[in-house]
Amino acid sequence: MPTEKGLEAGLEDLSILDPKKWVERYADYLFRYAILRIHDQDLAKDLVQETFLAGLKSLSGFAGKSSERTWLTAILKYKIIDLYRKESSGLANIKDLKQEEASQDDFFYNDNGHWKKEYAPRPFEELADPLRDKEFNRILQDCMKKLPKLWASVFTLKHMDDEKTEVILDELRLSKANFWVIIHRTKLSLRACLQKNWL
Amino acid sequence: MNTLKKITYNCRRATFLIEKKSLTPISIKEQFELKLHLAGCSVCQLFQQQSLLINRMVKGHFFKKEADLPNLDSNFKQSLEKRIEAELYRK
Repeated sequence: MPTEKGLEAGLEDLSILDPKKWVERYADYLFRYAILRIHDQDLAKDLVQETFLAGLKSLSGFAGKSSERTWLTAILKYKIIDLYRKESSGLANIKDLKQEEASQDDFFYNDNGHWKKEYAPRPFEELADPLRDKEFNRILQDCMKKLPKLWASVFTLKHMDDEKTEVILDELRLSKANFWVIIHRTKLSLRACLQKNWL
Repeated sequence: MNTLKKITYNCRRATFLIEKKSLTPISIKEQFELKLHLAGCSVCQLFQQQSLLINRMVKGHFFKKEADLPNLDSNFKQSLEKRIEAELYRK
């Protein structure tokens, strides 16, 4: 049984950063973390590199309160949010948004808000087989890639990362009403996209 | 059309409430509206099921489906390692 002193020494070991092992230990993990949130391999690579370099610059800021991986992931997460903010402003994105919003106006009748027959949800095919499960996931990722950037950012932060709504409003400079509209519209789009591509 | 009837038929509003409810508690009035709507609308019931399925997939897939995601190529990893080493020696 370890003595109290031994335990303390063990804890201290955990807090020592070892940058020479970073690539071997965390590069793939961080890359996948980024890919799932930005759906672009080249951008994800850049972000992994930037994360390591930023980590090197702030080695002394590591308090040892979290694991090395958690610490690096937190750096990456800030970089992703930065990217979201940049990507979701700008004219190209506004055009994207308008198009997607217009296509959704077709989903419901304007006067009473009822589903139009051709857009109404139909049952998805069963997901019993794990291989189909994988396929479903791939299609879901493709559908997320097609979303307007701002929607994808809001949706990912909320649904994938469980981020607090207030934080998202603040980071992406949204009103609360706007946030809920985006959450709603994103799901309508994603579901419709899945229906179209999942056979 | 009175308000009650409006909500009973309004799928746009109902799907909005379904999404809100999946992320945060909704008000008593909203709960009532949604319940009333869902009781009579099988299409929105289906929407709700599918919406929750999507939520589960989005939340779960990172850990379970890691194997499906692309890997970093080894050339890039090597150059990263060199870069880090260089930065360390510069200090």
